[in-house]
Amino acid sequence: MRNIFLFIRRYFNFLFFLVLQIIALSFLFRYNKFHEAAFMGVANELTGRINTRYSNVEYYFHLKKTNELLAAENEKLLNIQASNFQPADTAAKLIQDTIPYDTLGNKRKYLWRSARVVNNSVALQNNYITLHRGEKQGVTKDMGVIGPMGLVGMVVNTSENFSVVMSMLNRQSSVSAKLLKSGEIGKIQWDGASPSTVTMINIPKSAKVAKGDSVVTSGYSLSFPPDIMIGTVSEVIGEKSSNFYVLHVKPSTDFFSLRYVNVVSNLQSAEQKAVEEAAMKNQ
Amino acid sequence: MSKLLKNTIRFVLFILIQVFVLFQVKPLHQFIVPYLYFLYILWLPFNTPRLGLTLIGFVFGLSLDYFTKTPGLHAVPCTLIAYLRPFLVNILIRQEGAEQNYSSPSITSMGLAQYATYVFILTLLHNGYLVFLEWMNFGTFLYFLGKVMATTGVSMLLIFVTELLFFRKEKFRTNTA
Repeated sequence: MRNIFLFIRRYFNFLFFLVLQIIALSFLFRYNKFHEAAFMGVANELTGRINTRYSNVEYYFHLKKTNELLAAENEKLLNIQASNFQPADTAAKLIQDTIPYDTLGNKRKYLWRSARVVNNSVALQNNYITLHRGEKQGVTKDMGVIGPMGLVGMVVNTSENFSVVMSMLNRQSSVSAKLLKSGEIGKIQWDGASPSTVTMINIPKSAKVAKGDSVVTSGYSLSFPPDIMIGTVSEVIGEKSSNFYVLHVKPSTDFFSLRYVNVVSNLQSAEQKAVEEAAMKNQ
Repeated sequence: MSKLLKNTIRFVLFILIQVFVLFQVKPLHQFIVPYLYFLYILWLPFNTPRLGLTLIGFVFGLSLDYFTKTPGLHAVPCTLIAYLRPFLVNILIRQEGAEQNYSSPSITSMGLAQYATYVFILTLLHNGYLVFLEWMNFGTFLYFLGKVMATTGVSMLLIFVTELLFFRKEKFRTNTA
């Protein structure tokens, strides 16, 4: 027994080092799996506040570009407003509002909330975005995040006032996507090489693909509404060993100048998830 | 300025510069990521106790991790270099008792060649271990090799520039006065 104590005293520095290494490694591997590391909620609040300060200053230099983007998005929205389309019969009037049921009996599925970006990186292998909107403002895990130009990412972690978004430029990100023209479903991933290129896989060689084709969200995902712009095909690579194409896609979102995004929540996702899980259990 | 205050300010500055300046640099290439923050650990005073040094390394790495949302990724290599630092200093110090006469590792206290070796070995270890952890999750061997070399080169360059810009005056302390 005495020898054990002596051993511990003698190598205390080394043992202490080992303990810290193990703690740090467990943080790393646990977070990669579940995106919920120790103290992440508390740390989010703190780093979020510092990020907000920094972003307040930096925001100034991008006002012009932000304005242009918002104006462009407004124009797009005005063009699809119901009042632009006048039916021949003036007695029938199309009314849309924000309560779950509209007058046509459609149930609201997606609810959009705007959020400000307070931190964003593109230089790392796993890039995350911090938004100044959290649980108190209705953001929860797994919600989709869409910018003025297209898809941005998915919420992976939230605290009271901030939320962390896994950007599309993240090694672990995987988004279900389709080719707008032919409707083939594939998957969008990032290989970490360049922030201006993502890869689309699982497109069979029978599909007709050309450079410049649009890639949009498929609608199979619980987080994203269908037909949200992701990007355009910039290169078509036919792998000789397989029956699939690898498509290089240029994201329509400019990740370098992201200021405002929309967080979209699927109000029917719980119901869909429940019925899918029930079906899996019955097998 | 007291040593504690000076090092606390440095702690905050190094983290903020890494997060808000160096990580914001538009990426030139996948392999090139400018890491400078660990210079804080290399600059800590000689008389920091070993246990404290390891703990500071861990806390320092973890604080950067909470900004990049990768808890553990930077804490692991920082703990390693903080733990190995005293061994290297012992091997590379120029003359007997220099760690009593000077307060912290620098060109004046260790000599240019020794200081450069000290910085290079710890930089290589830090970047190697960091990229190794990334490589375990994804990537190929070429990714590992290329990124270790590229990041180490960039880090050395940044450290060199930092040393030139912020020349640290080291007073020669004697107990004979």
